[in-house]
Amino acid sequence: MSEASPTFLLDGEEVPFAPGQTVIQAALAAGRYVPHLCYHPEFKPHGSCKLCTVKVDGHWMTSCTLPAQAGMKVESNTEEINAKRRLLTQMLFVEGNHFCPSCEKSGNCMLQAVAYDLGMVSAQFDHFFPDRPIDASHPDIVLDFNRCILCELCIRASSEVDGKGVFALSGRGITKHLIVNSESGRLADTDIAVTDKAVDVCPVGVILKKHVGFAQPIGKRRFDAQPISMQALRDAPRPLDRKPHSGA
Amino acid sequence: MTPNRKLKVATTSLAGCFGCHMSFLDIDERLFPLLERIELDRSPLTDIKHCGKCDIGFIEGGICNAENVHVLREFRKNCRILVAVGACAINGGLPAQRNHLDLGQCLQEVYETEPGLARGGIPNDSELPLPLDKVHPLHEVVKVDYFLPGCPPSADAIWKFLNDLLAGRTPQLGHALMHYD
Repeated sequence: MSEASPTFLLDGEEVPFAPGQTVIQAALAAGRYVPHLCYHPEFKPHGSCKLCTVKVDGHWMTSCTLPAQAGMKVESNTEEINAKRRLLTQMLFVEGNHFCPSCEKSGNCMLQAVAYDLGMVSAQFDHFFPDRPIDASHPDIVLDFNRCILCELCIRASSEVDGKGVFALSGRGITKHLIVNSESGRLADTDIAVTDKAVDVCPVGVILKKHVGFAQPIGKRRFDAQPISMQALRDAPRPLDRKPHSGA
Repeated sequence: MTPNRKLKVATTSLAGCFGCHMSFLDIDERLFPLLERIELDRSPLTDIKHCGKCDIGFIEGGICNAENVHVLREFRKNCRILVAVGACAINGGLPAQRNHLDLGQCLQEVYETEPGLARGGIPNDSELPLPLDKVHPLHEVVKVDYFLPGCPPSADAIWKFLNDLLAGRTPQLGHALMHYD
């Protein structure tokens, strides 16, 4: 970053940015973690999980959709904001069925890692225990909808990168849910492949490869060694330079 | 409180597997210095059947039947500090995986359809506590003061938690000991 780069203040420290960068992009590029789930450096911002919410000159804003501007004063790592993020995470936990001990993604799951990092020891609210049958129709991939947080990363990846449009959301409000774009609604009747970006990008344990199981022992998994706040920086920055494929 | 009084501690397992109790015993030789500072009241380790006035109550397992509710309320009434220990106490855990199923159909499947247990029919002894239609975490029934996650929490996590609590600090597990699995 050249000395002429404009800067904004993040928790009182100067963060340089390039024109067009969002607050979260600039923050991550400068080695400053801002909690997030639906944001992914390779995709256009979505602004739905609200975990990356910051306070800008007193106003609540999602940092993944907010273009950085010179001189803005951004608060992120404060107890007030982290308490709100913890509350959002707790709501995500009670809305679905997140039973970590039986999940193959445990230890590599971003929702779990964010919850650890925010010091969430219980979900606080009453659990919904929704009924969400799994789809194990595909020979190589299983879908466990119980863990979906509606981040739309699989939807974005399947249409923008894989060019297949395998996933979509249906319903509104609390009935909103992930669906499979085939006439039968089953994953087996799509052209999804185990090598697709959509399979790889799921931050939680919804889209899982079959025949893998609990391959990594406890202690060797991604978030066993270091909290997500120290690892998310490893992925950043990645420019938004990919040309989207035409959707299926 | 006199400084040298031993703290009274009660423990129980409700809809749990006793894995959290086993993990507690896994603190191994650290049990000796611990027993200088605490005295066990009701617990599977003492076989005392009812909880007296206690400083701390540790509860493993969620709430799956009427008896669990009674025991949980007895603990809440008698324990100054109540701690939900492990995944089942905190979010229902494995037993709560039946929550999206109809309880009647569940019992029918196990005791009438499945070949292994089908001979006796659905158990109906008046001694048996009635199952609840859903399995609940503890905090949905009583106020819970602290949560110690893990399936089970490791011996080191339990040891850290106990030491913080006995020292009068808010328990903090930190990244290495914080696990939901």
